[in-house]
Amino acid sequence: MTDKKTRSLPTERSHDAGDVRARGVSQRRRAARTFLRNRLAVLGALMLLAFVVCATFAEFIAPANPLRMTLEKPFLTPGTDGYLLGTDNFGRDILSRLIYGSRISLTVGIVVVSIATLIGATLGVISGYYGGAADIIVMRLVEVFYSFPFLILAVAVMAVLGPSIYNVMLVLGLVNWPLYARLVRSQVLSLREEPFVEAARAIGGSNLRIMFVHILPNCMSALIVTAAMSMAGAILATAALGFLGLGVQPPTPEWGMMLNEGKDFLRRAPHMITYPGIAIMLVVLSLNFIGDGLRDALDPHLRN
Amino acid sequence: MAAYFLRRLLIAIPVVFGIIFIVFAIISLTPGDPIRMMLATEKITPDVADQLTAYYGLDQPWYIQFANYIGRLLRGDLGISITSRARIAPTILQRLPNTLLLAFSSMLLALLIALPVGIISATRRNTLPDYLSLTGAMIGVSMPNFWLGLLLLLQFGLRWKLLPIWGVGRLSNGLWDVISHLILPSVTLGTSLAALLTRLTRASLLEILSADYVRTARAKGLRERLVIYKHALRNALIPVTTTAGLQFGALLGGAVIVESIFSWPGLGRLTIQAIQKRDLPVIQATTLVFALSFVFVTLFVDFLYAIIDPRIRYD
Repeated sequence: MTDKKTRSLPTERSHDAGDVRARGVSQRRRAARTFLRNRLAVLGALMLLAFVVCATFAEFIAPANPLRMTLEKPFLTPGTDGYLLGTDNFGRDILSRLIYGSRISLTVGIVVVSIATLIGATLGVISGYYGGAADIIVMRLVEVFYSFPFLILAVAVMAVLGPSIYNVMLVLGLVNWPLYARLVRSQVLSLREEPFVEAARAIGGSNLRIMFVHILPNCMSALIVTAAMSMAGAILATAALGFLGLGVQPPTPEWGMMLNEGKDFLRRAPHMITYPGIAIMLVVLSLNFIGDGLRDALDPHLRN
Repeated sequence: MAAYFLRRLLIAIPVVFGIIFIVFAIISLTPGDPIRMMLATEKITPDVADQLTAYYGLDQPWYIQFANYIGRLLRGDLGISITSRARIAPTILQRLPNTLLLAFSSMLLALLIALPVGIISATRRNTLPDYLSLTGAMIGVSMPNFWLGLLLLLQFGLRWKLLPIWGVGRLSNGLWDVISHLILPSVTLGTSLAALLTRLTRASLLEILSADYVRTARAKGLRERLVIYKHALRNALIPVTTTAGLQFGALLGGAVIVESIFSWPGLGRLTIQAIQKRDLPVIQATTLVFALSFVFVTLFVDFLYAIIDPRIRYD
């Protein structure tokens, strides 16, 4: 508390305000340098890039049509007949299904994080900025959502809405927002006392403008770090729903569902579950590496 | 102390109310009449449909339905299953202990791995054991539990035939029967938590080890073991305890997956079976019981926390 007061003493502030633009650029450059020096973060970024390339250019990269069944060639082991990762119970090329599957995982991950950020950041800004009744209502709502085991709520809603990829996005987005609301709120609580907010108010900025133009951009680094981590969570959850048969429906190639199909042929064709699992793990791993790297680069306070 | 407990209990009441409302809303406010929906897919006669409609008061406005729902809950009535026509509450009471057993044994396993590994990692920072544990923890956090479960089932159950892969053990067959049935599901469910808590224990202990009072303890010539285990560890474990409590929800959520892999007769498997049969009252009941169990565990952890760390009570 006392610390915050000393920091916002007028003399120090005027010193800071002078080179605010220059500091912004160099800070960004320093963050980029910290990130690039983190070998695991760079590895994660490269891995993620590879998945993005696979997802974008699946038509050109995949050796076969992921839906084409070759019923006379089921359960081929990896490497036979030119099938690099083998075939599944319908004789479909597993490698091609994995490549197309990255499309679903990445799309769902991005959409889920966007929905959750949109709802969470909006409610978080409002609750932190206005305080009072708005704050109490939003925070109680957050607490209620936090009281549900995440996957249980998702499973229950999916059961009612019915399985489809759009419902997966919607449900995971709706279940994930409290994380962002809590994060943004805590940032807003400290930001709203800052001199630049006072200044914006003094020149007649409306509440809306102050909240979304002045305060929210200052929460960006925290939001980006959280987004990377929670995108990993969203991809895992998508695969979990697919595994339970509540997500994307066949024959669409989706990693979780490929595991679900493979679990009935564990002994006969273990390769049916090996590779989708590795794919999920690599995407999640890459996002976690990136998240760790971003946190170290953008938010030095959180370093351990 | 008593005042703190009371205040904490009072805060939990609106949360429980909110949970009940959301669970009610998920099932009852969905477009379309759930009974008609079931009429279309299941073989229930219009006669039964009318009975169910009357029982759930589906012909009434939603706030009356909600009031009725709360009334039934207060009487311990969780509704009637559509497929088996039996009361749901007894089934849940019979299954809940299995899920809790699985969740607690996974938690125990996670702590048994995370604490020693985290401590070794922190006290030998930047050595080979530290790198190994960090790598292992990163892999553990990223590995989907349903994949791990299938791999374990294949290797230890089907190939090596070392451990049972189906159902729950009976105490009448000896303690080993219970434990051996628990091993694969608990490892599946507990691995990612173990990884998370390892990272946390390491980070938290590292932070404490650079605190002034630790330097004082070292300066006055205490042996390193004493400094770590008696002075530093106690404070380092506080965030670990909280996170472990909060992660209990993740364990319950994961139970849905692990129970369906290992045919574990708990709430998670009940939920999945209910979903396959579109038995909405059962889904509603299990969701509610999952959430309420989590609330109770969080309350318990908060109380524990207040006992461990007296500073909390005075906030």
